Amino acid sequence: MSSLLFDEPGPRARRRIRIATVVGAVAVLGLLALAVRQFAANGQLDADRWQPYATWPMWRYLLNGLWSTALAAVVSAALSMAAGLALALGRLSRRRWVRVPAATYVEVVRTVPALLLVYVVLFALPRYGLDLPLFWKLVVPLSVSNAAAFAEIFRAGIGSIERGQSEAGLAVGLTYGRTMRLIVLPQAARRVLPSIVSQSVGLLKDTSLGFVVSYAELLYSGKVLATYNGLLIQTYIVVALTYLVVNASLSKLARVLEARTPQARRPRRRLIRA
Amino acid sequence: MSAFLDHLPEFWEGLIVTLQLIAASFAGAVVVGFVITAMRVSPVGVLRGIGTAYVETFQNLPLLVLLVLAVFGLPEIGIKASLLVTAVVVIALYEAAYIAEALRSGVNSIAVGQGEAARALGLTFGQSLRHVVLPQALRTVIQPMGNIFIALTMNTALAGAVGVVDLTAAANRVNLMEAQPIPIFVGAGLAYALIAACVGLVTGRLERRLVMVR
Repeated sequence: MSSLLFDEPGPRARRRIRIATVVGAVAVLGLLALAVRQFAANGQLDADRWQPYATWPMWRYLLNGLWSTALAAVVSAALSMAAGLALALGRLSRRRWVRVPAATYVEVVRTVPALLLVYVVLFALPRYGLDLPLFWKLVVPLSVSNAAAFAEIFRAGIGSIERGQSEAGLAVGLTYGRTMRLIVLPQAARRVLPSIVSQSVGLLKDTSLGFVVSYAELLYSGKVLATYNGLLIQTYIVVALTYLVVNASLSKLARVLEARTPQARRPRRRLIRA
Repeated sequence: MSAFLDHLPEFWEGLIVTLQLIAASFAGAVVVGFVITAMRVSPVGVLRGIGTAYVETFQNLPLLVLLVLAVFGLPEIGIKASLLVTAVVVIALYEAAYIAEALRSGVNSIAVGQGEAARALGLTFGQSLRHVVLPQALRTVIQPMGNIFIALTMNTALAGAVGVVDLTAAANRVNLMEAQPIPIFVGAGLAYALIAACVGLVTGRLERRLVMVR
């Protein structure tokens, strides 16, 4: 193989590559060995500390948490996508009184940490008589913050549709609204599908803030479990691996979708593999 | 408003901790990100694999899970470090994956001829990376890097959830004492917005000066 940075390796380069391969492999194995030794030295590798995670009740509990994670993620994804679409259309509106508030919302919310929004819903709103149920204490701040992100994705998608498309719609006598709905949005939706999926992965990661609001999603379930059985590092490793499997599958889906979007079908010179 | 002014010292300390978190973890993330990118574009298959695995792992794990694992889990295997250091290391490792991804797309955007020209001049892999490819790649990734910096700023707030008394945690503490949420949280939000605005200003300047139109 050759790429931007190197040609087909010759004999000397091949030798160097072999050396680097061995060094890299040894470094990784060394790190792993070090970690295993550290676990073993502190008695964290004992079978009875891992055995519980081979039993069904433990997994049933964690999978319950994963279900709550999915529920929170799906509801906030739906809410923030709807709000995001409205904000994106608002930002593109010709009416100033629609455009300015939408733009302000997006720009302000993008610069406030989600955790701060969670604290506001958790501690500030109850003082004004708005004490939401636990589920909504997580879903509302996540939707508020992700709406801004989705708005930017949709705006970029709409902006990427060639002008001629909406001009054609208007030329055949469609109204602005129908042009958007029938011509521009369906095309934009296909283009931004990969970004939407990866933003949704981000949203799923954000649901781990349930840890703060005591909503029993996966991470908080792990916390409860670890407090109960005292297997701190084992529990959190299992929780992390569960997140990894779920999110990696979703990211994989995003890549499959990306390979199928219209732009990607145009031949493009790939410079670097992997 | 007085709730905010009475507790300026607490806010100030929180802000300092937040700025420390931002500066230290961004510096660390840039260094690790560069190393991972170099591995991902190298001709050595094993290194490419390690780089890809690194990016995949860290991009698919919630930062809060990593923070919880490091803060509560690592002491269990005898690794003890101060809370702030642990938070900085975790945030740096996490954001490095995003920086590596941005840099790689920057490298990908460079025309093949540039690399061929560098080799034709007899530059080695390291030399062509350093003198030809990276300077151009960096110029194309200023805006994504700015976005990563802002995301990192927002993400440092999560350190507050595992016990670091940063700006978010300080705001929360003051609110628990004063019970005046509006001025307190708006004040903290403004501080974050200000940091983000500064980053936006700097990257905008840099972009106008350095970006290459191809």
